[in-house]
Amino acid sequence: MATIKVNGETHEVDAEGSTPLLWVLREHLDLTGSKYGCGIAACGACTVHINGEAQRSCVLPLDAVAETDEITTIEGLSADGSHPVQQAWLELDVPQCGYCQAGMIMAAAALLEQTPEPTDDDIDASMTNICRCGTYRRVRAGIHHAAKMKA
Amino acid sequence: MKTTLDVTRRGFVVGGASAGFMLGMGLPLGDRLGAHAQTGFPDEINAWVVIQPDETVVIRIARSEMGQGTLTGLAQLVAEELECDWANVTTEYPTPATNLERGRVWQSMSTGGSRGIRESEQYVREGGAAARQMLIQAAADAWGVDASECTAAKGVISHEGSGQSTTYGQVAEAAAKLEVPSGIPLKDPKDWTIAGQPLKRLDTRDKLTGKQIYGADIKLPGMLNAAIRQCPIFEGKLASFDAAEVKNMPGVKHVVQVGDDAVAVVAERWWQAKTALDALPIEWDGGEHANLTSAEIAAFVEEGLDAEDAITGNTVGDAKAAIAAAASTVEAVYAYPFQHHATMEPMNATALWTEDRCEVWCPTQNGEAALAAAAEAAGLPPQQCEVYKYHLGGGFGRRGAVHDYVRQAVLIAQNVPGTPVKLLWTREEDMAHGAYHPITRAKMTAGLNEAGEITGLHVRIAGQSILAGLMPQRLQDGMDPVTFQCLAAEGDHALAYTFPNFLADHAMRNPPVRPGFWRGVNANQNAIYMECFIDEVAHAAGKDPLDFRMSMLGNHPKNAAVLKAVAERAGWGTPAPDGIFRGLAQCSAFGSHLAACAEISVTDGNLKIHRIVAATDSGHAVNPQQIEAQVEGSFVYGLSAMLYGECTVADGRIEQANFDTYPVMHIDEMPEVETIVMPSGGFWGGVGEPTIAVAAPAVLNALFAATGKRVRSFPLKHHDLSA
Repeated sequence: MATIKVNGETHEVDAEGSTPLLWVLREHLDLTGSKYGCGIAACGACTVHINGEAQRSCVLPLDAVAETDEITTIEGLSADGSHPVQQAWLELDVPQCGYCQAGMIMAAAALLEQTPEPTDDDIDASMTNICRCGTYRRVRAGIHHAAKMKA
Repeated sequence: MKTTLDVTRRGFVVGGASAGFMLGMGLPLGDRLGAHAQTGFPDEINAWVVIQPDETVVIRIARSEMGQGTLTGLAQLVAEELECDWANVTTEYPTPATNLERGRVWQSMSTGGSRGIRESEQYVREGGAAARQMLIQAAADAWGVDASECTAAKGVISHEGSGQSTTYGQVAEAAAKLEVPSGIPLKDPKDWTIAGQPLKRLDTRDKLTGKQIYGADIKLPGMLNAAIRQCPIFEGKLASFDAAEVKNMPGVKHVVQVGDDAVAVVAERWWQAKTALDALPIEWDGGEHANLTSAEIAAFVEEGLDAEDAITGNTVGDAKAAIAAAASTVEAVYAYPFQHHATMEPMNATALWTEDRCEVWCPTQNGEAALAAAAEAAGLPPQQCEVYKYHLGGGFGRRGAVHDYVRQAVLIAQNVPGTPVKLLWTREEDMAHGAYHPITRAKMTAGLNEAGEITGLHVRIAGQSILAGLMPQRLQDGMDPVTFQCLAAEGDHALAYTFPNFLADHAMRNPPVRPGFWRGVNANQNAIYMECFIDEVAHAAGKDPLDFRMSMLGNHPKNAAVLKAVAERAGWGTPAPDGIFRGLAQCSAFGSHLAACAEISVTDGNLKIHRIVAATDSGHAVNPQQIEAQVEGSFVYGLSAMLYGECTVADGRIEQANFDTYPVMHIDEMPEVETIVMPSGGFWGGVGEPTIAVAAPAVLNALFAATGKRVRSFPLKHHDLSA
């Protein structure tokens, strides 16, 4: 049994310590908003926040998560979709298929926490998530829009 | 009747998946089927429209939403004729078995070839118009007035003479009892107020909060999870596996053979299944292709460049004679590799099998094809099967014609009758078992007269046929018309130039690598072949690439118009900023007319794409802002392919395994895109794919302008641009 704290709630999880956090979230806690896309931390569809930092949960074993770590998933980013990134995404109609967007939004939200007014170069450097539909232009516009909303 | 089972399903899906079954799209169809099992469908106005007492308008969408926005566009078309309040619109997928049962009232569910809207616009609009007429009639009947005296707007019906008004919700039940009329005139697109508008998508909200359920997210009570490994060698078989080695690993329930070429581990949880599968000793029987390499395939394909056995796809005059008699000739050979769809959501399907019933929950671009695959694997008639469609985490052609993942899920589920099993492929499995963009080569030969005009052009395609690989019954006397996209005599993919003599022929060479329809299909490389070569010829003739193209577009005013539009917007003919170079491309594909002008720079051998101006004439523009999204997305897909996309073969298998070895574009490579949506009316063209065709050639022609290098083999990553 491991104890983890997700979206403000503490959970006892009966999973092998080698199980990636992504699969603990998806299969033990039914938090399926974080997606499996590659399993090698390449695509970012599994991005969550751990203590406010964007991390790829598909390669992070449960063993490496501390009881005190504050894990936030897309389901916990806001109670009602009201986070500025979510609002900006809604206004600009960013998603297409949407499968990568939870990870994209979590990465963008973490970026804005660290860099409230990111430049295009900041976005290029930190947004390494893959989107096959090709929403990148609206993702960039969405981040700038969210930054304005937060300001 | 399936009704009982549909009702069962409602209670059956748990947790977040209950929303998933509804797809965030109004009430599940099954609910109504259940509630009205004895009386049919009393609260649907007709097959396309359900109006609920609370004024909710449920519009049925037969095609699949995979990001391309067809769900919203089709709803706009129905709503336009229905005259409902757009704010009350929601949508749902009818199921494939219901479609069969009702005589295919929703017609095709196939979602490919950029046909979602253009192939169904007429009958979905008619559906909306008929429903409107029925609602008006019901109100008129209640008031005892003539329906022709009543009007409808935003879901409110009014009778001017008596001053009475009512709402769709109030008359829906009465309207549903009326005969469905036919022949209701459709609105002139110039009068559209919902269609044609840049409305927001209907499916966005749940995609922002994690609530959207994809096939990969499904969870049913008692469900087991499966991970699979299929023989990685083309046409290879499963020789043996040692289940005892993994049977006692955590969560493992079963280790099962799947068909004659795969083995799956079924466990409580998917991660357990995957972990055990990784530990499972497996022996493959590689068969005759076990040593196949890319070099062998290339030699096999390239032999076709000069072979005698070519099939003619389009011929005008006598191209070979014209070339032989030409004052000068230009020749170039181009090469295009296998590529992978790489949908973000890997292949998956959840199946529940019993001796007399099989149900599948899955992402699919063609619900009816998925149903057929499920039925065949289940050994049951389709009437005893059902498929529940989910929004796709990307499709791009992978989940339309090939439903191997559905077949596998059903075969696995047969081992545990009555227990649902979710099969999810790893990314590595996905890369190894694609339906790959076909491999081709092209020899382009042009004959020019003294004035530098093309007198004859021969396009020899050598290589793989998608139809031969997937549906040989669709070949036309051995000819694959799909091979000739952008080169055809007429139709959706007509050649967008007039040459006095022209020949496009195909020496079909099919290696044992499964081909597939891949977003943009053969328009992708055929437009590269044509548009880069036209640029080569323009250069050889000492002519401006825009003027040269325009001189051959006299019979193609729509192509000329889009090309002119991008040239003007991009400032063709005026000096570009320092270090910036421009390139053009144009073509017709999927019934639309496209052009692009790219602006790039090359610094220390590094290509940077700064800006692309794109113009699209799709006849009608149902949702201009979604067309923009598709144009931008098309550039990402097409440029990812041109820059990086390549699957190579060694030891009879695909060498690339994941996004580390199959790289794609990231945000830092995304150019500015300016989209000119210029519908000229009178026809319906596709949107999701066609722009891909002009992405790569526009950039490649700009690259030539910048460096003097003609890149003729792909992907670009193999070329040194610094020298």
